[in-house]
Amino acid sequence: MNQKQQFNISVTLWTLTSKEIRRFLRIWIQTLVPPAITMSLYFVIFGSLIGPRIGEMDGFNYVQFMIPGLIMMSVITNSYANVVSSFYSVKFQKSIEELLISPMPNWTILLGFILGGVARGVLVGMIVFFVSLFFYPEFQIQNVPLTLLVLLLTAILFSLMGFLNAIFADSFDAISVVPTFVLTPLIYLGGVFYSINILPDFWRSISMANPMLYVVNTFREGMLGVSDVSISFSLIMISIFIIVFSFLCLYLLKKGIGIRT
Amino acid sequence: MNYALEIKNLVKTYTGGTKALNGISLNVKEGDFYALLGPNGAGKSSTIGIIGTLVTKTSGSVKIFDKDIDINVAEAKSMLGVVSQEINFSQFEKVLDIVTTQAGFYGIKKSIAKPKVKDILIRLGLWDMRNDQARTLSGGYKRRLMIAKALIHEPKLLILDEPTAGVDIELRREMWDFLREINNNGTTIILTTHYLEEAEQLCRNIGIIDKGEIVADTSMKDLLSRLDVQGFVLDLEEHLEAEPKIDGYSLKLEDSLTLVTAINKNKSINNLFDELNKLGIKVKSLRNESNRLEELFIEMVKR
Repeated sequence: MNQKQQFNISVTLWTLTSKEIRRFLRIWIQTLVPPAITMSLYFVIFGSLIGPRIGEMDGFNYVQFMIPGLIMMSVITNSYANVVSSFYSVKFQKSIEELLISPMPNWTILLGFILGGVARGVLVGMIVFFVSLFFYPEFQIQNVPLTLLVLLLTAILFSLMGFLNAIFADSFDAISVVPTFVLTPLIYLGGVFYSINILPDFWRSISMANPMLYVVNTFREGMLGVSDVSISFSLIMISIFIIVFSFLCLYLLKKGIGIRT
Repeated sequence: MNYALEIKNLVKTYTGGTKALNGISLNVKEGDFYALLGPNGAGKSSTIGIIGTLVTKTSGSVKIFDKDIDINVAEAKSMLGVVSQEINFSQFEKVLDIVTTQAGFYGIKKSIAKPKVKDILIRLGLWDMRNDQARTLSGGYKRRLMIAKALIHEPKLLILDEPTAGVDIELRREMWDFLREINNNGTTIILTTHYLEEAEQLCRNIGIIDKGEIVADTSMKDLLSRLDVQGFVLDLEEHLEAEPKIDGYSLKLEDSLTLVTAINKNKSINNLFDELNKLGIKVKSLRNESNRLEELFIEMVKR
């Protein structure tokens, strides 16, 4: 570059992040509308129709109990899906070469994709929250800072996991295997729809090994003030995983695994 | 001597053991228009891939304007523009957005990039298509977009990997003029191509790579002077029924109005015309028979 003074790392980061945000906003009908519709159906069927027959869960109306779980489910799946599909697409279309040839450092590339995933995860989480207010207008968040903290940490963690999946993926099948066979079952069994207190001891112990249980319950603590797990333990574990996955992604980028020949 | 590119003992062995480069060394001078030729699988794309950091090298070093691509990463990359062989932009984005985003990847603010993007799109005839999705462009215009992208940060070294593949003759000539212009304005250019006429027309120096080794690295003039014979096509004024026999010259009648000959470097073409005159054969026009570089190239890589 002839004009050295023009090089500005914040510009590179914003360019990639805004490109990622534009990407999911451009295809909003595929990215933002489906979670709103799916979650509305959950609220109608499990909340309004079946919910009254279930009764209370942990002392809350069933719709109210489901709201944090369904928001978390949307944040997890959307932040993961955004990064895995976007990063794999740039690999597939070879437009990753634009990034690799440029002077952008690896951490900027990683952060740009993660911020894109976080933006979609948080936006979808907010959409689902607003949808939930149609079914339970009197809902009030108990601990706003904790709620926002868990929302952000979860979006970051699952964006990183999506990035890892995309690095190793060598086909479109490979980017759908983890969400379908790992994430979805763990989320459904991770306390989105029920408290593990209703489970027999054996299954309650098994559930404690499910990492989704900690994410969902920490968020529920923020929104409702109740949880089946220790909040400090959950926050520490989420933070440790974020740090480990960040370094792993940066190591793989440096080595060129899955992106350089 | 200032070098735009210095490659030393570059080795690339792919997973599985295929050795693409056997320790090549190559220097390209600042301001040069350099052709890197070689048959398919010779190692051209591996070399370019390593320079652009798309391919990891096994060993060796690469410097761009004295900046090592492993040590002064950002500085070296800022001075490099690469036009890859395959289309490597998002086909669903608009032409304007693709080039503006590329400027952003080089840290150029949008306000500064805007006039630059307009200028480069106008120069490459893409301005009228700026709001079109890239996938709707024809093959030739996609190639131009690749060049626009590679030039938006004004690199001092531009590498083009077969930029005119699949481009029609008119567009190819326009691209040649454009490349000559930016080279005259100081950009060092390295070109790989399968059209040897292209290399002969554009480049001052040439490297030939074969089986992962440099088999020639010299000036185009020097390389062409190694040719012992040159082929000529003579268009005749009147029909001939049989080939004329002239001592020291091999003549072949391609059709009744066209004679083809190969003349050794130490023989004069005037003598041939004298002999033809004596036989009453009148020549209307004369042209080179085939691409001269092609003959040398085939000879060098078949060893």
